[in-house]
Amino acid sequence: MSEFPSKANVVVIGAGIVGSCLVGHLSRLGWEDIVLIDKGPLPNPGGSTGHASNFIFPVDHNKEMALLGVQSANQYRDLDRSVDSGGIEVARTQERMNELDRRMTSAKAWGVEAEMLTPAEVKELVPFINEEVIMGGFHCPTVSVVDSLDTGTLFRNEAMDKGVLQVFANTEVDDVETVDAPNGQQKVSAVVTNRGRIEANHVVVACGVWSNRVANMAGATIPLVPAVHQMADVGPMDILAETNNEIGYPIVRDMDTFCYERQSSGSMEVGSYGHRAILHHPDDIPSNEEAALTPTEMPFTQEDFDPQMETAIELMDFLGDAEIKYAINGLLSLTPDAMPCLGETVEVNNLWSAAAVWVKEGPGMAQVVAEWMTYGYPRVIDPHVSDIARFYPDERNEEHIWARADEHFIKTYGIVHPAEQWVSRRNLKVSPYYSRQEALDAMFFQARVWERAQWYNSNADLVERYGLSEREVEWDNRWWSPITIGEHLNMRENAGLFDLTPFQVFEISGPGACDFAEYLAVNKVCKGVGTSAYTPWLNHDGGFHSDLTMMQTGEDTVRIVTGAFDGGRDEYWIKKHLPADESVTFTNMTESVTTLGLWGPNAPAILGSLTDADVSYEGSPYGSVINIEVAGIPVTLFRVSYVGDTGWEIYTSWDNGPALWDALMEAGSDHGLRPTGMGVYAVSGRIEKGYRLMGAELESEYNPVEAGLARPKVKAADFIGKEAYLAAREAGDPEVHMVTLIVDDNTDSQGRKRYMQGGNEPILTADGERITDSHGRVSRVTTAGYSPSLEKMLIMGYVPAEMAAPGTQMKVMYMNELFPCTVVGTGSAFDPENTRLKG
Amino acid sequence: MRILALVKRVPAPGARINITADEQYVDDKNLGHAISPHEECGVEAAVQLIEQHGGEATVMSMGADVSEEQLRAAVSVGMAKMVLVPTDGTPKDPQETAAALTAAIQQLEAEEGAFDLIIFGNESADQGGFQVGIRIAHALGRPMVNGIKGLDVDGASDGHILANREIDSGVEVYELPMPACVGVKEGINLPRYPTMKGRLASKKAELATVEAAGEAGGQAQVKLLSPPEVVNETVILGNGPDAAPAIVDLLEELGVM
Amino acid sequence: MTALVVVEHDRGAVPDAMFEALTAARGFGMPVHAAVTGDGAAEAAGVLGAWGAEVVHHATGANIGDYSPEAWGQAMVGVVEATSPSIVLSAGTDRGNELMAQVAARMDLPFVANCVEVSADGSSMTRAQWGGALHESATLTADTKLLSFAPHSIEATEQAAAGTVAEVAVDVDAGLARTMIKDRVVLSEGITLATAPVVVSGGRAVGSEEAFAPLEELAGELGGKVGCSRAVTNNGWRPHSDQVGQTGTRIAPQIYIASGISGATQHWVGAMGSKNILAINTDPEANMVVKAGWAVIGDLHEVIPAITEEVRKRKG
Repeated sequence: MSEFPSKANVVVIGAGIVGSCLVGHLSRLGWEDIVLIDKGPLPNPGGSTGHASNFIFPVDHNKEMALLGVQSANQYRDLDRSVDSGGIEVARTQERMNELDRRMTSAKAWGVEAEMLTPAEVKELVPFINEEVIMGGFHCPTVSVVDSLDTGTLFRNEAMDKGVLQVFANTEVDDVETVDAPNGQQKVSAVVTNRGRIEANHVVVACGVWSNRVANMAGATIPLVPAVHQMADVGPMDILAETNNEIGYPIVRDMDTFCYERQSSGSMEVGSYGHRAILHHPDDIPSNEEAALTPTEMPFTQEDFDPQMETAIELMDFLGDAEIKYAINGLLSLTPDAMPCLGETVEVNNLWSAAAVWVKEGPGMAQVVAEWMTYGYPRVIDPHVSDIARFYPDERNEEHIWARADEHFIKTYGIVHPAEQWVSRRNLKVSPYYSRQEALDAMFFQARVWERAQWYNSNADLVERYGLSEREVEWDNRWWSPITIGEHLNMRENAGLFDLTPFQVFEISGPGACDFAEYLAVNKVCKGVGTSAYTPWLNHDGGFHSDLTMMQTGEDTVRIVTGAFDGGRDEYWIKKHLPADESVTFTNMTESVTTLGLWGPNAPAILGSLTDADVSYEGSPYGSVINIEVAGIPVTLFRVSYVGDTGWEIYTSWDNGPALWDALMEAGSDHGLRPTGMGVYAVSGRIEKGYRLMGAELESEYNPVEAGLARPKVKAADFIGKEAYLAAREAGDPEVHMVTLIVDDNTDSQGRKRYMQGGNEPILTADGERITDSHGRVSRVTTAGYSPSLEKMLIMGYVPAEMAAPGTQMKVMYMNELFPCTVVGTGSAFDPENTRLKG
Repeated sequence: MRILALVKRVPAPGARINITADEQYVDDKNLGHAISPHEECGVEAAVQLIEQHGGEATVMSMGADVSEEQLRAAVSVGMAKMVLVPTDGTPKDPQETAAALTAAIQQLEAEEGAFDLIIFGNESADQGGFQVGIRIAHALGRPMVNGIKGLDVDGASDGHILANREIDSGVEVYELPMPACVGVKEGINLPRYPTMKGRLASKKAELATVEAAGEAGGQAQVKLLSPPEVVNETVILGNGPDAAPAIVDLLEELGVM
Repeated sequence: MTALVVVEHDRGAVPDAMFEALTAARGFGMPVHAAVTGDGAAEAAGVLGAWGAEVVHHATGANIGDYSPEAWGQAMVGVVEATSPSIVLSAGTDRGNELMAQVAARMDLPFVANCVEVSADGSSMTRAQWGGALHESATLTADTKLLSFAPHSIEATEQAAAGTVAEVAVDVDAGLARTMIKDRVVLSEGITLATAPVVVSGGRAVGSEEAFAPLEELAGELGGKVGCSRAVTNNGWRPHSDQVGQTGTRIAPQIYIASGISGATQHWVGAMGSKNILAINTDPEANMVVKAGWAVIGDLHEVIPAITEEVRKRKG
């Protein structure tokens, strides 16, 4: 073995599937001088990779998980370390059958071959199954079984053969050192190991269940917790041994019992996600020497598995008579929101996280991080749901991580509604109006840590007033109420008061603030004090990173307002790009500034009754930012609308908020003003206008030209992504356009009205064909919502230019059925001339 | 036949064994537990004898309540009954253990009849006293041979059992008149693993408890300690075929030539 | 005050461990006596003087013959009762511990097995737990202190003493002959993977069914068996019965020679009971190499035949 180096460009900690694939991908992207270390031996260093069941079901409702799963499966195939075993998810309940229809829909979206099987058809593929306990199956022939350890070896060898990688097994990390960086930040500088200290420009934490502990050494956090997944190997069975193969029968996922049965040579591996959540602290994981097997193969707690055995035997009787030869409490990583932790840590520059990644996404997610390190942002996919910067500080502590992991472990094979809310860790952040909202019996949804009123049950009378009703199918009705439609119609008729406190409000100030603001934003920001800009922020490749509003509030002060789901990512992005000369100061104002929204035809009258200031359209034109007094309270008034009716965002200090709320509600009582929830703000009001949302319509895979957000002119100042943006503009008509479509008839084959959820349902040609463009981007629903004004379902999505013309007939799939829809165009389905904004 | 197998619950450690802060116990915080390996083979031997000759096998363990886990594990591979002789879980010296178990066996036999064969492990995996079975057999007045790697009823005279023990030159054969006791050694058989159905059945089995105790003997544990030289480093004997002489030196040293 | 060494032997052949026990006995600062009985006792007694036994008590009487734990144990009780030693000790061999336990049971005395170090008065000691992986500091309270020394805990050194043989007539109940050896069988065949003293295993790196021939040769020379990893079985190169591992056989040989085996857990579970492990692997960081006590870095296709050749050379 070569001598342990004292310096390297990149040190990767962890030689499991992620770290090994990562060094391979870095070498492919031209990186040199890479050192990979692991505290365990090779090829199985003793982390989660070593005991993984190594199968990939490529269908997932989530785009990142699905596409990176497919991407990973292909990388395993390219290395010839993969067998297509096929896999079947079986249903024991009607609810699960419906979920399998939803899986069919996602399979169609991601282009994965799939079919629904009758119990008899399942039995043909899996002769040892008891078809009497199942109602059907979702069969996916490209489910694959991979050799993750060998794949890791091949990726490492590839980098070593190029001479750019040194690997040191049995090397324990004792410390990760940092040095001061500009703007009060920290930058990683060295890794201290039992073999010596190594200085590094970049350090990547890819050590799975130990990642948070290692990140903590540098003062950073990677919010994940080691959790148990129980697995028992039973056998041998003749019928399996006779295949003379690692796997000869499809993997069966017994979804309703949270179990899988996966052939492993002559025996069957029974894995469970159905037991209680069993969480461990990283310090409680034994070392390689202390562990009876490996550190992450912890002692099997039989009593947790017993209930699973009964249901497993029910499905496959031969499991009962085979010997349980090996059983473990295998550790894997869980995060607070069940998604991975990828990207640069927010606390320490050049310290990267590639953690909470399972074997099924390993190679793809390693590629994501390698590209991130190389290009400043990944190219293979938009990573916003995996971006480690998404977590707010309140989501990074142990209490939160444990509570959420405890709550979602059982959902691993669960049926999770797109709007499903968390039960634990609520009320972490509430607005100053919370007690008023509670009194109004608000239904709260949580936006990461922030509580937001989705609708107010106090508005139940609107249901009767507008003749509304519940939805026919429980799934469509779940986490929804017709009250939200009532609130929408009332806003269009009268006015609505919105609590927008969860807006993330930042301020950049100092001599370099305006230049910096321009550098971040596509559109011109500093046009004089009192002006604003609604603008995308791009990454270096010209794709969307953010989409928000910026206001010049002083000569050297710019306020940045972004959504509650994006605050973490945007704050990180700002801080990452702060000028090194420290000419700009960043301040997070979120918890000192509160925002109310007032919109509707009666909004001017209501506001006018509370102020002497000129709040007419002339005195407060669209986009203007003025400081006035409302009911004697100093506020900043910003004329803007995200819901299609005239009105304002009104900013005031946290302390003054309640008085402002009370004054507006009182003044509005004669004008039909109702407290109105986020169901209107974020869904129905927005979709009627076709307004785009970061993370839905706007992702890094798309640019402003495609999204229809390119302005007629490009500002002179330089900004991130400008070159790519100019190129996109010059390329002419883009390949795809973001459009709104109207669902012509949402009646399903059983005669029921159905309501799409906006969960990546595929948008298809009139003939029902899947649509992808030359980059492989698929046409799918980015947002779906019911338009109360049009009394139709609306959907948004990117479609090829030739289909973007108004009137184009298309289809949308929902719950495995096709519904006809028609393109409205790139603009608004409601009030396309924006006449209502000028009132 | 009526057979009794005695088992002890022990931690299942890895390559390094940690000791608790009070130096009295193996730190089993992150360890699983198992039947001491020789005794696991004893359970298998009992199950095989019952399968061949009929009868009933009982498993008994002395220890804290958690020993129920090992008793049920034994039932899940075919033992019919299980008996716990409860203790406070502190380590007992061999005399005290033997006295308590003798009393418990006598009590059990008084209620249910004598056992034809009592199977011990050669020694426990943890304390390794090499004597509890012998003391009990003596107290019960029954023949006892330790280190047994083979049991055979068919080839023995009526009312006897053949017991094999390995020595360097081959195998010693003993013929014990029953009721008898043996201490078995790993390698006598390959213990079966429980089946799922066996495990589920064991959950329903009834746990019997026999209260019995002995007096402390003359041996007392002061504390546990790690051996002074834990040689964990791999010794590299050489590279490639040139290492052959060093390898054969090792084989000679280990006495396998 | 004497230290009495209970000497086990097989028809006169005294195992080396007994010389360690005699060496240890000299450390108690009192005259060392030894006790023998059974078939071949006279022969055994003859060698003990060289190791420091001043007197060798030869227990004789009816019902004593070939080895019998109970009869020999009772005979040793007779010597202890006749000579009243302060300390009675033996070696922690199968028979040594067994005889000591018999004496302890019959005299209702405590017996501390497998000591590695004992205080001069025999009242405190360090002994082996967990097969030596852990030590225990213990005390022994008894007028007659019964001990055994774990094999290899002491280096045997010769020290000539008189070795005077003194016959002691002992009374052994006829019934105790029930545990006398009835038959002896010389082992020649029937070794299984589970019981083989040597297992030579190959993994995926072996490459083919035919390529196992050199492993068979080496195993044959050492009286052992050939095992394999799961990858080998999966490839159909060897039957499942040869598979070492969690789903195959768990082995416990004196030495396990693992060649071209990376040491995946599934395999390790089957191999971890081995007394010694020699790993042969091209990768010095392979799991198996790290976990093994001994390793050779190299290609098994070259190393295995070289070992066989060397073994044959030494056997002549």
